[in-house]
Amino acid sequence: MIRGIIIGVLAVGVAGTAYWGYQEHREKNAILINAENNYQRAFHDLTYGMDLLHDKIGSTLAMNSRHSLSPSLVEVWRLTSEAHSDVGQLPLTLLPFNKTEEFLSKIGKFSYQTAVRDLDKEPLSEEEYETLKVLYKQSGDIQSELRKVQHMVLENNLRWMDVELALASGKEQTDNTIIDGFKTVEKTVSGYDESDFGPTFANMQKKDDNFKNIKGKTINKKEAVTIAKKYMGFDGTAEVKVTENGKGSDYGFYSISVRNKDTGQEGNIDITKKAGYPVWFINHREVNKQKISLNDANLKAAAFLKENGYKNLELFESTQYDNTGVFNFVTTENNIRIYPEAIKVEVALDNGNIIGFSAEEYLKSLNDTREIEKPVLTSEQARAKVNPNFKVMEERQAVIVNDLNKEVLCYEFLGTIGDDTYRIFINAIDGVEEEVEKMKNAEEVYDEVI
Amino acid sequence: MKKKIVKWIIPLLFFLCIMPFTFLESNRVFAFSNQVIQQGSVGDDVIELQSRLQYLGFYNKKIDGVFGWSTYWALRNFQYEFGLPIDGLAGTETKAKLVKASKYNKQFVKEQINKGNKFTHYGGVDQKKQSAPQPNAPAKTPAKAPAAKAPGPKPAAPAPKAAPSKPTAANTPGGFSSNDIQLMANAVYGESRGEPYTGQVAVAAVILNRVNSASFPNTVSGVIFEPGAFTAVADGQIWLTPNETAKKAVLDAINGIDPTGNALYYFNPATATSKWIWSRPQIKRIGKHIFCE
Repeated sequence: MIRGIIIGVLAVGVAGTAYWGYQEHREKNAILINAENNYQRAFHDLTYGMDLLHDKIGSTLAMNSRHSLSPSLVEVWRLTSEAHSDVGQLPLTLLPFNKTEEFLSKIGKFSYQTAVRDLDKEPLSEEEYETLKVLYKQSGDIQSELRKVQHMVLENNLRWMDVELALASGKEQTDNTIIDGFKTVEKTVSGYDESDFGPTFANMQKKDDNFKNIKGKTINKKEAVTIAKKYMGFDGTAEVKVTENGKGSDYGFYSISVRNKDTGQEGNIDITKKAGYPVWFINHREVNKQKISLNDANLKAAAFLKENGYKNLELFESTQYDNTGVFNFVTTENNIRIYPEAIKVEVALDNGNIIGFSAEEYLKSLNDTREIEKPVLTSEQARAKVNPNFKVMEERQAVIVNDLNKEVLCYEFLGTIGDDTYRIFINAIDGVEEEVEKMKNAEEVYDEVI
Repeated sequence: MKKKIVKWIIPLLFFLCIMPFTFLESNRVFAFSNQVIQQGSVGDDVIELQSRLQYLGFYNKKIDGVFGWSTYWALRNFQYEFGLPIDGLAGTETKAKLVKASKYNKQFVKEQINKGNKFTHYGGVDQKKQSAPQPNAPAKTPAKAPAAKAPGPKPAAPAPKAAPSKPTAANTPGGFSSNDIQLMANAVYGESRGEPYTGQVAVAAVILNRVNSASFPNTVSGVIFEPGAFTAVADGQIWLTPNETAKKAVLDAINGIDPTGNALYYFNPATATSKWIWSRPQIKRIGKHIFCE
């Protein structure tokens, strides 16, 4: 009797479990298929995008009139950016697939820069036509490689989920067709010579030249430690650990970690080997209650910079985040702001200590021998170029880095349209509107976060 | 030009009208603390500054406790009108003038903020008419503040619920919304919550370096959700609730601190499964992570 009941219960249990297991299995499959479909879509979109791109570059080349070039180049630009985003959706991050993305990015940059230019005044040069031809050929190569992969995928019903699993498990599966196919694509692209892109691309990727503008002798570890302690306000008894940069770094630096034995307070700093400039430092701790005002903190930050020998810096932006203040300083020379030379200083609003510092931008753009051109336009002429609805409140001259990565002298106008504040830069030489920046308004707190 | 004159004249007339009251009640004025208030500040003094400027009709945006650009221009207009040096700083002299010229009903303002009401603080208008309870649906915003004699009192945007007497808005760095920051904080927390603070800043910096790199998607969300890019995304740890430290780390990274020396990849040598990652040129090690080109 009891045995019968137990058997009955167990039987129901087994049946229930089986049913549950089946449900789970189905759900899992549904999700897998969903994820797979997303990958498939991205992949097929990508190959389709490359097809279009190739054709479009081809028709751009064939265009006789330079007038119709601009819309066509804009189209190329749009297609590259779409292809770029499709690549980003494929599970290939752990595969060396950068070259292809970089290639797309370069086509995008090239087409953008040429499309926004006034081609009537400055038509495509011979070299640029050459570049376009080369791009045409290269996109054709990629297209055909991708088509091969696509064919194999469709022919053999290959699944991206397998790729993902293969990559995740770290097993180098030599027979994974998709991975192999993409490796071939990647190889094809890396075969292209950088110089194909002509002089326009020399400064496309911001190459770091080991902070070439910094002058000074190379410091040793001991000097670096002294500098670190001075900047971060640690005394002689603090524990110090110094490491040098790895081979992969663009520039030589010492990483120093300093720890106060009594309080346990720890700070980290990177100092360039050349001339011993701090690139950044963090002296993190909890800041509980605000005791000093943002303005006092501002003075402390300015004093800190002055003490450490930074000259001609002017505050340009100050912001309070909870109980810390962040101050952005830029160089001013003869009342001209040099925006690329910016240093940020973070101050704790309880005791005014400096808890963060970043000067990477500053060190990269630092240039004592910078020759600032004389403006060709007067400020009135420049002012006439801005939107008539724009109410100018402040104006000055400033050097900024423009879209083409060049430093240009501009008139800077700060003012309002309606309720919003804008910063507009008009090139002081040729009157081009180099940049229009909408200043950020405070953002509403939607909900108490944590 | 004409418009400009009108804009100055009205508050001036207005100010003259309320002058007598001001002097009568000057003894019960709630004054600022003695800090110099500068752009970017957050807090009670800013709420008072905005309320007073609104009382005089210089400021007609929401009283949110954040010294942003609207407050800056309002303050400068005030300084211009009252013959003070125009520096956009609320220093001793400016504050004294402001306190003398305006009234600040601290209780009223605080109450409104705490209740999350939309409200204004114009002088010469009945306070009861200047507040409206938080509407249930944010779409319903026609509850206008009575214009009456006050110059251009626009209905303030619905004030969100906030902690007692805290500013109802917050500063965010240019180019990033607080949701972007939250998303990054999630990623940083999921990836590196066991790491030292610098290690967390470093992870945030890698995300930003990828956004700027040609080889990766161009948005924060694109980088974070790129399949296979972050283990925390793959195994769902990104949806843990991040702590304040992770958020601070993200802010530091956005403010330009890059402890990694422009790294694009990092990995934990103890758990890394991909052989390929070892082939990347390494820059440095922070905590458990090795950062590479």
